[in-house]
Amino acid sequence: METPTKLPPSSPSSPTTGFSVPSAEKVDGFPRRSMRRARQRRSHSSSQFRYQSSQVELTPLPLLKDAPVAELHDLFCKKLQQCCVLFDFLDCVADLKGKEIKRAALNELVESVATSRGVLIEPLYPEAIKMISVNIFRTLPPSENPEFDPEEDEPALEASWPHLQLVYEFFLRFLESPDFQPSLAKRYVDQKFVLQLLELFDSEDPREREYLKTILHRVYGKLLGLRAYIRKQINNIFLRFIYETERFNGVAELLEILGSIINGFALPLKSEHKQFLVRVLIPLHTAKSLSIFHAQLAYCVVQFMEKDATVTEHIIRGLLRYWPKTCTQKEVMFLGEIEEILDVIEPSQFIRVQEPLFKQIAACISSPHFQVAERALYFWNNEYILSLIEENCQVILPLVFGTLYRVSKEHWNQTIISLIYNVLKTFMEMNSKLFDDLTASYKVEKQNSNIIEIKIYKKTTTTTK
Amino acid sequence: MAGAEGDDSLYPIAVLIDELRNEDVQLRLNSIKKLSTIALALGVERTRTELLPFLTDTIYDEDEVLLALAEQLGSFTVLVGGPEFVHCLLPPLESLATVEETVVRDKAVESLRKISQEHSPVDLEVHFVPLVKRLASGDWFTSRTSACGLFGVCYPRVSSTVKAEIRQHFRTLCSDDTPMVRRAASSKLGEFAKVLELDYVKSDIIPLFTALASDEQDSVRLLAVEAGVSIAALLPQEDLEDLVMPTLRQAAEDKSWRVRYMVADKFSELQKAVGPEITKNDLVPAFQNLLKDCEAEVRTAAANKVKVFCESLPEDSRETIIMTHILPCVKELVSDTNQHVKSALASVIMGLSTILGKDNTVEHLLPLFLVQLKDEYPEVRLNIISNLDCVNEVIGIRQLSQSLLPAIVELAEDAKWRVRLAIIEYMPLLAGQLGVEFFDEKLNSLCMAWLIDHVYAIREAATCNLMKLVEKFGAEWAQNTIVPKVLGMANDSNYLHRMTTLFCINALSEVCGQEITTKHMLPVVLKMSTDQVANVRFNVARCLQKIGPVLDSSALQAEVKPVLEKLATDQDMDVKYFALEAISVLALA
Repeated sequence: METPTKLPPSSPSSPTTGFSVPSAEKVDGFPRRSMRRARQRRSHSSSQFRYQSSQVELTPLPLLKDAPVAELHDLFCKKLQQCCVLFDFLDCVADLKGKEIKRAALNELVESVATSRGVLIEPLYPEAIKMISVNIFRTLPPSENPEFDPEEDEPALEASWPHLQLVYEFFLRFLESPDFQPSLAKRYVDQKFVLQLLELFDSEDPREREYLKTILHRVYGKLLGLRAYIRKQINNIFLRFIYETERFNGVAELLEILGSIINGFALPLKSEHKQFLVRVLIPLHTAKSLSIFHAQLAYCVVQFMEKDATVTEHIIRGLLRYWPKTCTQKEVMFLGEIEEILDVIEPSQFIRVQEPLFKQIAACISSPHFQVAERALYFWNNEYILSLIEENCQVILPLVFGTLYRVSKEHWNQTIISLIYNVLKTFMEMNSKLFDDLTASYKVEKQNSNIIEIKIYKKTTTTTK
Repeated sequence: MAGAEGDDSLYPIAVLIDELRNEDVQLRLNSIKKLSTIALALGVERTRTELLPFLTDTIYDEDEVLLALAEQLGSFTVLVGGPEFVHCLLPPLESLATVEETVVRDKAVESLRKISQEHSPVDLEVHFVPLVKRLASGDWFTSRTSACGLFGVCYPRVSSTVKAEIRQHFRTLCSDDTPMVRRAASSKLGEFAKVLELDYVKSDIIPLFTALASDEQDSVRLLAVEAGVSIAALLPQEDLEDLVMPTLRQAAEDKSWRVRYMVADKFSELQKAVGPEITKNDLVPAFQNLLKDCEAEVRTAAANKVKVFCESLPEDSRETIIMTHILPCVKELVSDTNQHVKSALASVIMGLSTILGKDNTVEHLLPLFLVQLKDEYPEVRLNIISNLDCVNEVIGIRQLSQSLLPAIVELAEDAKWRVRLAIIEYMPLLAGQLGVEFFDEKLNSLCMAWLIDHVYAIREAATCNLMKLVEKFGAEWAQNTIVPKVLGMANDSNYLHRMTTLFCINALSEVCGQEITTKHMLPVVLKMSTDQVANVRFNVARCLQKIGPVLDSSALQAEVKPVLEKLATDQDMDVKYFALEAISVLALA
């Protein structure tokens, strides 16, 4: 697993380091966005430290590898307890010794769980889960930047990461250990535990979310009793994201897990799963921050189709319902997803949706934004889609002909015009008879509307005189 | 005409149906917005029998259209034939209350609440309550969420058996499986408590409140805080300690900062609801903790409440509590690491002086004001300056200026123009109270420096400030101290400064009077009419128009007129325009 390596931000420097105004700021009273951000970087908070009332002094314990077999478990347990002590990482010089002892202990625990067999015995489960809970479960701090834009802004990184990472690593090794026994673990890794784990997915720190993703995936894989509960809670998180807050940092990670979960669904699909598709996954497309998780979302959608082709119509009609009206960037994403869907669509399903779908595609082709038009026109470069179009030329060509003809004359962008010529040429080769008929009727119609316009014009000009 | 009547009366609904099926959302939206007109044309009976069933059936549309529909139906009672038939509106609104989109649902609930009042008690039980029950036991969370908002409006007007059922349904929703529904129930708990009989508040609401306030999700817990405030207001004093205080105390120390934030944010309401005794014993320590919270968001919310909290403390112990418990926390907040905390405090801290009186203010608060006046963040400084008047009332301007003057002088040159602007606005007040000598010595040069500030808003405010100063100190003072400096700027190489001279003359001519204007100002203005910058020239024209009324007619005819006539032939269009305007306004043509 790859985790982006970024240095933790320096702890808040003392605020008394003099207040000098950057010259660029003197011009008008308004701070530049970048500067505002730079200043905010300073105070990094973590809610983690709050719960510890009195600090315990740590003393180093003997090394695990030196311990006689008889004392190994006892020492392991002591180390786990030692790692329950939390440290203040905002103050980067506080208790360096203690921090180092804990770091070393965590490293040892990780290594021991990963390499030696027979360490994980029953009494260690509650201690291990307790240590993990104490360290990772915390109310996430408020976002440093109230208008945090995951695409533009640097995420706030967790200050206590040096320890937190090792705890996550330990948890992961624990779950992946050949000695791991789900029947023992399920007593401690329960619904409440999972719920807290899911809430952590809102962390702004991508490294943390990456660990959580793998861990949740393992939990889902090993603890069968929790599966339905996990799916339900993910549903709730998504629904809240869609309809209430529009903010949750871990949507992409959760979708990624779901992608592989969907893959494993049994056939025929349960109504619970279909409901999830129609009432959660499709509405997720309305989110403002779609671009952050669109790839994962589209993957989930396509997974559903590959499982069960009968959901195709729901999906396409759903996408058409939520088609972006003003955001061209999202429109391009929708078109990309449609292409992914069409790539695997069954011809019988295609026929059911072709009409509304190609009306929308025609609308995209006439978009003044050339990227939207271009993305739609690229469909004709896709051989499978082209074959679907050819089979249904009688229906599709009349739907798009008028648009193609008009846009080929009017569009401002040369690339679009040449793409349209190619598409028109393809159609001509497909069915020249239909093409000629449409051309003729289009011209007649155009003329008629011209005549009507002229009539209206004459009427208004004569009446005004 | 008579023969076509049948067709005519069908026409509106035909148009509506046509437009409702149109592909263009805008057209569908327009036709929904005209719904009342169409209903009026159809008459009450056909609205009930044809229009409403049609609308109920067609509810699958863009959310925007549904929103408009939900809103329209809320004021449809008359159009269906009055309260007697109002229940006809329930089916379409029921479907709207189950849609996914929150705004549509909320609007449908709002309309349902509105028309619930128009139901007779019988209709309420026969039609409305069954709808609420159906929603409350709906499959999908959306309908259950909507139901939460409807219990409160029907409860007071139904029989006791139905009341019991409603209470039961509400209880069920409070422990719903999905957090969305629990959030909705939690947010309506206070409202529902208000319509319940006191005994049921104690027996039903309190357990629900306790449960929601310790929900596993903080988003549910934080909504319970507000409910707690409403419930506390309903209970007699002697029950508060047992029934709500344990839960509220726990909320103030919740592990989630969002919940603590909510407590801080609702603190004044809470204080009012629980009364003076509990405030003294419980809220004071809780408030201290919130002011010292580890999360800046919580401290900010608490800091915002400092003044209101202190004001509403019971009078007999107010000063002691503030001095021994609150002030030490406030002192720490003054040097908080977070700017928002300091800024929130700065916006209310001055208000403490009225509560604490002169001696305490001088001894304890002034040093804090001084620290905040020099804070590194402009917003903090600004908030202090903008509230100087409350301190002024308590300790008097002389003491205020002596202790704060150095800081104020420093701020007058602040890098942020909004801070400078705030200071300028205080100058007339300071000047009036300090007297001429003190002013000339300490502040005059500042006032003049602002005239050449690089921000227009400051120059403009400085001009206006001069006028107010002259109003206070008189024309003679103006002639001796400021007029020479202002006129001197007419020769500045920067045209912006030359224009400032003109703007100052605009503002000062009236307060300075005819003599000074004619003798000192007019020659300068006239001389500037040959300025090489067109903007200066047309401002000369505008200035002459402005000071014209102050001058006597001989000066107007002999000096102003020729200059304006010359400007009226200027090459620049704007100069010409303003010259001609001045000529016509001053009647010199």
